[in-house]
Amino acid sequence: MIFFKLILTNLRRHRIRTFISIAGVAFSVAAMLTVVTVLQGAIGMFSGILSSDSEIIVFERNVSDLFFSNVPAAAVQEVTSWPMVLHADPVLFGVVSSAEHPIITCFGVTPSDARIRKATWLKGNPGDFAQHSDDVVLGERAAEFLVASLGSHVQIGNGTFHVIGILKTANGFEDGGVFMPLGTAQTFFHKEGSSSVITIKLRNKDDATAFKNLVKLEYPNLIGLEDTEFTRSYSQFKILKATAWAVGGCGLLLGGLGVANTMIMSVFTRIREIAIVRVNGFSNLQIAGMIFGESALVSVFGALLGLLIGSCFLFALKFIPALHGYVDVTIEPVVVLIVIVLAFLTGIAGALYPATYAMRIRPVEALRFE
Amino acid sequence: MNGLTSPANNPGRIVVRAEEVWKSYEDGAIRVLNGVDFEAAEGQTIALCGPSGCGKSTLLHLFGGLDDPDRGRITVNGTELNGHRSPLRLLRREVGFVFQLHNLIPDLTLEENCLIPTVAAGIDRKTARARLLQLTERTGVSHRLDQRIQKLSGGERQRTALCRALMNKPRILLADEPTGSLDEKTSSIVFELLLDLVATEGITMVMATHDRALAQRCDRLVEMRDGRVHEPESV
Repeated sequence: MIFFKLILTNLRRHRIRTFISIAGVAFSVAAMLTVVTVLQGAIGMFSGILSSDSEIIVFERNVSDLFFSNVPAAAVQEVTSWPMVLHADPVLFGVVSSAEHPIITCFGVTPSDARIRKATWLKGNPGDFAQHSDDVVLGERAAEFLVASLGSHVQIGNGTFHVIGILKTANGFEDGGVFMPLGTAQTFFHKEGSSSVITIKLRNKDDATAFKNLVKLEYPNLIGLEDTEFTRSYSQFKILKATAWAVGGCGLLLGGLGVANTMIMSVFTRIREIAIVRVNGFSNLQIAGMIFGESALVSVFGALLGLLIGSCFLFALKFIPALHGYVDVTIEPVVVLIVIVLAFLTGIAGALYPATYAMRIRPVEALRFE
Repeated sequence: MNGLTSPANNPGRIVVRAEEVWKSYEDGAIRVLNGVDFEAAEGQTIALCGPSGCGKSTLLHLFGGLDDPDRGRITVNGTELNGHRSPLRLLRREVGFVFQLHNLIPDLTLEENCLIPTVAAGIDRKTARARLLQLTERTGVSHRLDQRIQKLSGGERQRTALCRALMNKPRILLADEPTGSLDEKTSSIVFELLLDLVATEGITMVMATHDRALAQRCDRLVEMRDGRVHEPESV
């Protein structure tokens, strides 16, 4: 109890300094949580597009981005005929711009695609999809920003299209996207006879390995990956994740430097006090424990406050219309745990030098002068 | 003086010993102790007298493991301190300190200050509290247990420092001008209390002081001059 009081006493003695240190850690943690959660959410949403009613994705081997992948129509036909496959849906991804929106994602899909079949149609009829080559279906958000309604014509890139339906989806990319008949998309994006990926639904999930091996054998330039494998190995996702953690880590490092500065000041201003407890028998371990305890308290309170601030910020993002549906702000428990552990470790690292300094204080010199 | 004695005419067990101890500061520029030989027998009260800078405090610091001698040997309660990695920790149950400026932590209460040595020594709270009540009763500060140090008078602070020094029932008390910051009347009262506690608990006390009147109330008076100790016969 006295030991804990010795730790708390110093924090209370310098309230402003303590508050600034906690705030430093808190904002670092909040930044890390926000960046990581937003990017994880974006990755999750993109994965969600690919894994819609499917278990395996087939795409061109060694492409840096799925937008550059070319899967020939012949491969689609062949794969569809394999007995283990329940259905195979080719999807062509493309990006265009409109007058006020630099990026609109386009999905070239067939009428049997789950995105069309299983979506909630707010307006229009799924049966009308792909009846005409200039027909498009808009996501609800896309319809909003393109100011389009059922039956209207919209300018997308260099083309004008007829809106035959508006559908609602929980996925931000799809909600802000445009669905075209596959043939229309192939022409529009100059990718005749090919798609970006094939999404595969197997009759039996246990056939996944056999299916992947067959793809490798029949189409050496293609690769089949299960959804989880894809999310784990796709280089763009890896880069995004690494960037998120690096940016968050830098923020936390700054917070850690703040803690280190605070702890150094803390030791310098209580040299006499440390000498007193030393004369009264405190061991090096107990002295270090005081410093590390103080640092750990600042870090943990900072982390908790940061989680609160970060959560509020993420919650607020949901209400920004421009981001509606694009940002999945579900905070994963593992991210929270990692952030707390990192904040704690940063605090401990920040206290290393001050603790070492405190352990080296010679009471005879510290007590000689008032 | 309560009977001037030396280890020779009071042959108790020697609990503090300095043998040919040398100490200097600033790379030898300031020489403080020049081959000091000193012994204190169990239960004795010894006053170290002498002018400022003669090495009284330095000698106490060496006995308490706060500093190391340049040469010579320090033995406390049978343990040689020379070269020991953590003499302070070694002595935490053997030695108590009282300083002129009490050296209490101002943000803590009287009780919390007194309990610090027991935390260091790992003494359980119940035992520590019983000892605290016993000592504060005897020193007359038991009614101020939950008061912060800033709210205590000079005399109360020094009594608190005395309680803290005795919390772990040390065999040796090292007192560096323990009443030096008090007025004459309070000084006399606190010193009387100190002697009483030391006598009751059978503690060996080595005290540095300028105050001849106080020094003469100890069992032995040792004069320090030119970095050496001189027993009264040789003064």
